[in-house]
Amino acid sequence: MNIRVIQLLVDNTSGVLSRISGLFSRRGYNIESITAGVTADPRYTRITIVTSGDEDILNQIEKQVAKLIDVRDVKVLPPSESVYRELALIKVKATAKDRQGVISIADIFRANIIDVSKDSLIIELTGDQDKINAFLGLLEGYEILELARTGIAGLCRGSDNVTYLN
Amino acid sequence: MLGAEALVKALTEEGVEYVFGYPGVAICPFYNAILESPIKTVLVRTEQNAAHMASGLARVTGGVGVCAVTSGPGATNLITGIATAFADSIPLVCITGQVNSALLGSDVFQEADITGAAESFVKYSYLVKDAADIPRVMKEAFHIARTGRKGPVLVDIPIDVQNSEIKKYKYPEEVNMRTYKPTFVGNFAQIKKTVKALEKSKKPVICAGGGVLLSGAKGSLRAFAEKHGIPVVSTMMGIGSMPTMHPLYFGMVGNNGKPWANKAMNDSDLLIMVGARVADRAVNQPDIITENKVMIHIDVDPAEIGKNCGPTIPIVGDADNIFGQLLDFDFDIDTADWLDKLREVKKDLTVQRKTNPNFVDPEKFIGILSDKMEDNGIYVADVGQNQIWSCAYHVVKDGFFLTSGGMGTMGYSIPAALGAKLGLPDRQVIAVCGDGSFQMSFMELATAKQQNVNLKIVVFKNNYLGMVREYQHFTYKDNYSVVELNDYPNYELLAGAYSMDYLKVSRDSEIDGCIEKMLNDSNSCIVEVMIDPMDLVKG
Repeated sequence: MNIRVIQLLVDNTSGVLSRISGLFSRRGYNIESITAGVTADPRYTRITIVTSGDEDILNQIEKQVAKLIDVRDVKVLPPSESVYRELALIKVKATAKDRQGVISIADIFRANIIDVSKDSLIIELTGDQDKINAFLGLLEGYEILELARTGIAGLCRGSDNVTYLN
Repeated sequence: MLGAEALVKALTEEGVEYVFGYPGVAICPFYNAILESPIKTVLVRTEQNAAHMASGLARVTGGVGVCAVTSGPGATNLITGIATAFADSIPLVCITGQVNSALLGSDVFQEADITGAAESFVKYSYLVKDAADIPRVMKEAFHIARTGRKGPVLVDIPIDVQNSEIKKYKYPEEVNMRTYKPTFVGNFAQIKKTVKALEKSKKPVICAGGGVLLSGAKGSLRAFAEKHGIPVVSTMMGIGSMPTMHPLYFGMVGNNGKPWANKAMNDSDLLIMVGARVADRAVNQPDIITENKVMIHIDVDPAEIGKNCGPTIPIVGDADNIFGQLLDFDFDIDTADWLDKLREVKKDLTVQRKTNPNFVDPEKFIGILSDKMEDNGIYVADVGQNQIWSCAYHVVKDGFFLTSGGMGTMGYSIPAALGAKLGLPDRQVIAVCGDGSFQMSFMELATAKQQNVNLKIVVFKNNYLGMVREYQHFTYKDNYSVVELNDYPNYELLAGAYSMDYLKVSRDSEIDGCIEKMLNDSNSCIVEVMIDPMDLVKG
């Protein structure tokens, strides 16, 4: 099983996300994560999908996605030539007694504390998936009350591989 | 101008001659507006058949078939027809009425989320929320349906959108879609590679799929095969891409095909697969056809290339263009020995079917029918044993062979034949079905009468769902489950009920006279052909 990050540039129309996720579900492809957001040109949406499968399946995924009428461009984001970022919001149970411990772990990861209550903290962390997983690992001694992860967004490094919109 | 009038106007701009459908409140503005246009309407008896009729018409005219039905059950009934067209890449524009847009999502009377429900069976779909979008949407819908890999496009239009006023109607001259640009012309480097590989080949074979017919590549395929002496086999959907009796044609491949066609494909050293999906029924083991050979896969849909087998040389583009490009190259290959060998194999592997003298032999019936049909006649096969026999024994000369290949939808033949006949009224059109498939769509006999169409329907009658019975014979050792039909309907009475003529064939000796009568009949007729219930396609 290989993991692949695919970036799509699609028409910003209603139903486009359902067409894409529908394609994945009916053909039995995996979605590890999917994120979508409008681009600098409001006519388009950029979607980052993390998918997995053997090489043949991954190639089929690219072709089948490219075939959708609303899809303008499909790009694979190889790890060595791309940057990925994910945002995680983590609500940790922490009373005055163990609050400082959590904060110091957050500091090491350059995470922000964005909410404090008398028995919990919300931490905001941005990074690639490994960094977030490592952070969650370090929090094992504490009780995570709630966790929200966005899934990754990604871009290719450099300007060689840019699809210019006119 | 009302939205509904714009919709009709768009159809006339696209040169649509027929709309097949069934009205209901949600599509009534459209059916009201169509009265003022030259477009002819066909009232079907169930919506699924509207799509099949549109499909039959599209396949013989090379145009786009159009159907229009109402919301809710009208739309959901259409789905099987849409899926059938999608599986065989037939270009359709399917218009569905929808409930008032203000009520969308509130589960009102006859509301169905048809764009959602049909999502996986359409090439694209629209839910039109602003009447001003109608000209653009219709222009795009026809463009998407008939270009690239063809297919059905669904346009769902709420009744209030059909009834709202458009200030300015202008039908776009060009399609301007940022995201949809199919490839038509083959990559020159890949074409050159193909020519190089062909020059080295001693045992080349072309396998023609439905894509050859869809791209109108019949002529260029034949010219290319003849120029270099390359034998051609076909998939079920590719039947008719070469005349059956052409010396270079070696029949249909697949588990229901000719053994020598499969052997030709497997033994070749170079295989040009064109406009074919390489699906399980045509190619049982895709790895065999790529073993020890150069495999060239030509398809207008890049996703088909490498889906079921890995080609050596992929070429994305329109088959007719690509054969045209290939014809520009002059080179010599000597295939005489290879052709001799294939002809020998064909002789060796030809087996006599076991027949029962108390019944009609389908092979003989179809053979004589093909002989007597006009050269450009249209033969529409249904699904089941009748389909496999039709594929095996019908001789295509210069006409069409239509069937539901990808989806295998029973009941396809009668409505598709009706659509084909309306599309090309001067052609002889014969629907061949079984007693199972006949009963799935014989309500359209009334439609045929209403349209004053001379339709010939051959029913192979064996009181069984023969194809499934055959499967249960081999797989479950004759443990038959839910495959037995009773003796109903009485075909003679049924023909009478629709004012059609009735003919019956019980013995091989009666075939000749009966077919003569059928073909010369100025009225529509049903021919009941009594076949052995225990007959097998693998017999």
